[in-house]
Amino acid sequence: MNTTISTTGIQSLSISQRLIAGSLALMLGLVLLVGTGFAGDYRLHNGAHDTRHAMGFPCH
Amino acid sequence: MFRNLFFAALVAALCAGLVTSAVQYFRVTPLIFAAEAYEGDGAHDHGEAADHTHAEGTPAHSHGDDEWMPQDGFERTAYTVLANVLMAAGYALVIGAVSVLFNLPITWSTGLLWAVGGFAAFSLAPAFGLAPGLPGMPVADTLARQLWWAGTALATGGALLLTAKFRAPWALALAIALAILPHLIGAPQAPDEATGVPASLAASFASAVLFNAAVFWIVLGVTFGRMNDYLAARNHSAGAFA
Repeated sequence: MNTTISTTGIQSLSISQRLIAGSLALMLGLVLLVGTGFAGDYRLHNGAHDTRHAMGFPCH
Repeated sequence: MFRNLFFAALVAALCAGLVTSAVQYFRVTPLIFAAEAYEGDGAHDHGEAADHTHAEGTPAHSHGDDEWMPQDGFERTAYTVLANVLMAAGYALVIGAVSVLFNLPITWSTGLLWAVGGFAAFSLAPAFGLAPGLPGMPVADTLARQLWWAGTALATGGALLLTAKFRAPWALALAIALAILPHLIGAPQAPDEATGVPASLAASFASAVLFNAAVFWIVLGVTFGRMNDYLAARNHSAGAFA
């Protein structure tokens, strides 16, 4: 197995490992993005207000 | 595996989040503060606010005294830095997920490509329809803009992914169609209202936001790639004894 290890890491993974790790990362990433850039809750909006404007997210 | 991906994403997010915080602090946020001095001038009455979909019981953008917001000064800056790092972590995990799901490694040498792709998908393409706006400028319905923004990012990212994965004419044709589609549909247009925000301030802001986004994405992509290389090399030498 060691002979197939590549220096890039992810290429040695099986499809199912990739699906699990990728889906978990995607979900967590989207939660963070929606929370900082999109969520309507006023606490999230006001706390991240300058970030939203500065990063080009739609804001008021 | 997930631990490596998560760790590399976190380090990249911390670097990119802090760098963009510095750029924002000196060149972007001052323009937001300047615009806020004009907010309330002109015809910006938040009249469309009633259409917004906010969490239940939330007064839409009223910015009344009853609504929590960070105090100007250190507290506001601290929340912005925190939000920048969390947003950077979100972006890092999303591109990390795409990398793992589609077997397109983020390395020191491909990091810049990921940076250009992220910038194009999440900054440049959405800004083509929805110019980065300052507080106090007239805007279309927020939910409609958010949907268009997200759809444009998804379509542009999908187009880049297609060209990265498939070297075939059909893939290129589909990618071009995907990238153009959101702009044919068109972004929600702002109502033609007067605003007290000077045009020069708005223009400076739009270019500052795009410059800041480019810096952010370059730092995110390159540090993510460097971290992945480092972790892969470490795992490789550890694996030799396993």
